[in-house]
Amino acid sequence: MRRYVIKRLLLMAPMLIGISFILFAVMHLAPGDPSSIRYGLNPEVSDSARARFNSMYGLDKPISEQFIGWMKRIAVLDLGRSLMDDAPVREKILSRLPATLLLQVVSLAVIFCLALPIGVLSAVRKDSVFDRVMTVSVFVGYAMPAFWLALILIMVFGVRLQWLPISGMSPWYAQYLSLPENVLTLARHMVLPVIVTAFGGLAGLSRYSRASMIEVLGENYILTARAKGLRERRVILVHALKNALLPIITILGLTLPALISGSFIFETIFAWPGMGRLGYEAVMNYDYPMVMGVGLISTLLTLVGVFLSDVAYALVDPRIRLEGRK
Amino acid sequence: MRLKRAVKSVKRPLAVISVVAFLFCFCVLVWASGAGTRDAFVGASIGEARILVPFLADDTASASICGMVYNGLTRIDKNLNVTGDLAESWDVARGGMEITFFLRKGVKWHDGEPFTSADVVFTYEKIMDPGTGCPYAANFRDIESVTAVGDHTVKFSFSRPYAPALVKLGMGIIPKHLFSGIGDMRSSPYARSPVGTGPYRFEEWQRGRYLILKANYDYYEHSPGIKRYVQLIIPDQSVQFLELLSGGIDSMELNPYQYRLRSDTDLFKNEIEKYEYLSHSYTYIGYNLRDPLFSDVRVRQALSLAIDPREIVDSVLLGLGEPCTGPFLKGSAYYNDSVPGYPYDMEKAKRLLEDAGWVDTDEDGILEKDGRELRFVLATNQGSQVREDAATVIQRQWAGIGVKVEIQVVAWAAFLDHFIDKKNFQAVILGWTLPVDPDPDPIWHSRASAPGGLNFVSYSDPEVDRLIDEGRAEFDPGERKRIYREIHRLISEDAPYTFLFFPYATPAVNRRFKGIEPAPAGIGYNFIDWYVPEDEVRYKF
Repeated sequence: MRRYVIKRLLLMAPMLIGISFILFAVMHLAPGDPSSIRYGLNPEVSDSARARFNSMYGLDKPISEQFIGWMKRIAVLDLGRSLMDDAPVREKILSRLPATLLLQVVSLAVIFCLALPIGVLSAVRKDSVFDRVMTVSVFVGYAMPAFWLALILIMVFGVRLQWLPISGMSPWYAQYLSLPENVLTLARHMVLPVIVTAFGGLAGLSRYSRASMIEVLGENYILTARAKGLRERRVILVHALKNALLPIITILGLTLPALISGSFIFETIFAWPGMGRLGYEAVMNYDYPMVMGVGLISTLLTLVGVFLSDVAYALVDPRIRLEGRK
Repeated sequence: MRLKRAVKSVKRPLAVISVVAFLFCFCVLVWASGAGTRDAFVGASIGEARILVPFLADDTASASICGMVYNGLTRIDKNLNVTGDLAESWDVARGGMEITFFLRKGVKWHDGEPFTSADVVFTYEKIMDPGTGCPYAANFRDIESVTAVGDHTVKFSFSRPYAPALVKLGMGIIPKHLFSGIGDMRSSPYARSPVGTGPYRFEEWQRGRYLILKANYDYYEHSPGIKRYVQLIIPDQSVQFLELLSGGIDSMELNPYQYRLRSDTDLFKNEIEKYEYLSHSYTYIGYNLRDPLFSDVRVRQALSLAIDPREIVDSVLLGLGEPCTGPFLKGSAYYNDSVPGYPYDMEKAKRLLEDAGWVDTDEDGILEKDGRELRFVLATNQGSQVREDAATVIQRQWAGIGVKVEIQVVAWAAFLDHFIDKKNFQAVILGWTLPVDPDPDPIWHSRASAPGGLNFVSYSDPEVDRLIDEGRAEFDPGERKRIYREIHRLISEDAPYTFLFFPYATPAVNRRFKGIEPAPAGIGYNFIDWYVPEDEVRYKF
């Protein structure tokens, strides 16, 4: 098991380097540069401002040299400074990461808690009305444009009914509220973003758990369990579910990248002060160091997520855990 | 308490009496108008402020915060005239080679230190230091030296007379005692938590969420009527609109659809007031004069004549704009109202093209000359619905005189990179923001057609060049008016652009704010006089 973990960890390094190279290349291949976004066609700004800006951040050097410089700094965990406000990229990301993680973890928990029962019930009552209704609704959720759903929800619950706040993570006067009030207002601010995030993610997990459950229910040991005279409830929730859950663990790890990329859009709509919005703004402004930083952290989070799900899988499934011992 | 302090600092009895009398009148006025310092104004910004040093701020969010926190030597009044701010008055001497500013006395920085001429000298030394990387440095390159003559007098010497200086010297002054000795201004703590002399002082900045300013009760004019100025960051404009409806924010800039159609609900009308005034910008079609297609002035004039600006304003801006005939701010003294421009006239346009040799010989609806068709690419940038829509209308209008146009919409960065910087375009739809000073040098002088310059259409006219140089050196408003009106006429006749329209600025503000008086300068110029009646206050802390 230890060897397996170490091997997986070592494999992450070349993956990170490769992905950051691709990211760097794609970012620099896009036409234009940050100084043109910032100063282009502004009569108040002098001609030389663009050149000065480029030389200040070393953007006038050859791309290969810039990439090597970036790799060197990365080696000592220096992500550079943002081209937008000159603040250290690492600081900016760290200050935004908690908001993103909070939203993702809660969304993931909601997805898991809803998708699993839906999947299991659909499998047990295959082809029933419940199954069909659920199939249609999760696919509708999957197909629906998230930004549209978000705006409709805001319109209904934020503007018409005035039940929930529309955007942000806390009101600007949060410092004048008591701690319980602050916790409550945070929860209220999270409702809409979590619903929108979870709605789109429900389809994948519920369908997988349904398929996995159906497969398991056809196994001989289920037949045995039933033959033993066990109650149906126990057959499904203990004997079947335990085995059906195995593939779900992998899927859960793979949901992470989708959630992170989705956060670029959700956080921008809901003005959620997270890393996704930071990345979105960085891409729009050609803020190279920031894009690289957010890209690197997202990659790292994804790899760690996949790694954890693999380890968890190995832990619960002896066939994988013991493979290396032959 | 504040009264006591003010009285103490005044020595002569006569002054004491006048100050007391003034304060009494002021208090009566304040009481009568129902003002006091209370409530909060919550605005929204698409992007977050970046650097709160006035001469390094190059985005709207930072600029609006800097405008609240800092003061310049001069400022622009409601009618767009230069007036004193930190400078009470000034003397222009030696034909504009020297300007002496007499500073306001008794002004204090937000940390209590007195404001003096040393701060002014320090600020302009920093601006002119190439190491600072101030993007506006070119506005100040004619300054030879800045010297403090006394604690409250500063002399600017110029290498040549530069009339726009009075407007440009409105740049915010930063405190020397906090910034001196700091090498990189961008990473200074005061670039994130600014200390100025302005009506609002910095209170709190939660990254990615909001920035809060609090009223400066000791502001030299008077304490502002609104206690807090909050800038929320809401990147999506439709979400901003929903926040405006729900009361989460108090103000935003509406687009034409929101202004005309989405605001027609009771919810909106009961809570929110709309304003409209000419924005300080215009939209135009620029022709690449290096392209042989556009070298004949008759072709350019015909293209302008074939466009009906009224139809564009009505269909694209839903009527929220006014036609434009030249590169100066409509309504200002420099805009020449007697220039006819090119009123819509298809017949005249057709005649001009025929005179220029463009005839439809093969009867396919497109004009030809020497075997070449009159067809070209009209490019504009992505992200501006107004420009894209205008392009579509223009395409149809030009088809009426036998001109075939292909529209290309390209992302901003690529647009600048491929088309503008390399002068590799035929015609573009773009807009210019008009600075308060009318000096058209950066856009219209033939010098500016060099690489990197903004005269990317390569317009060159010796008479216009001469007038621009003359206008830059002329301090007499009457003379400047004559010069710029003449430039307006010349450029209009040459038709290097088709001047399309001035859009209206269309802000919306919650009705509980009183004291808003729209003027040529907009609505924000008297923000410190805005107030909320006591019974309508929303934020009571």
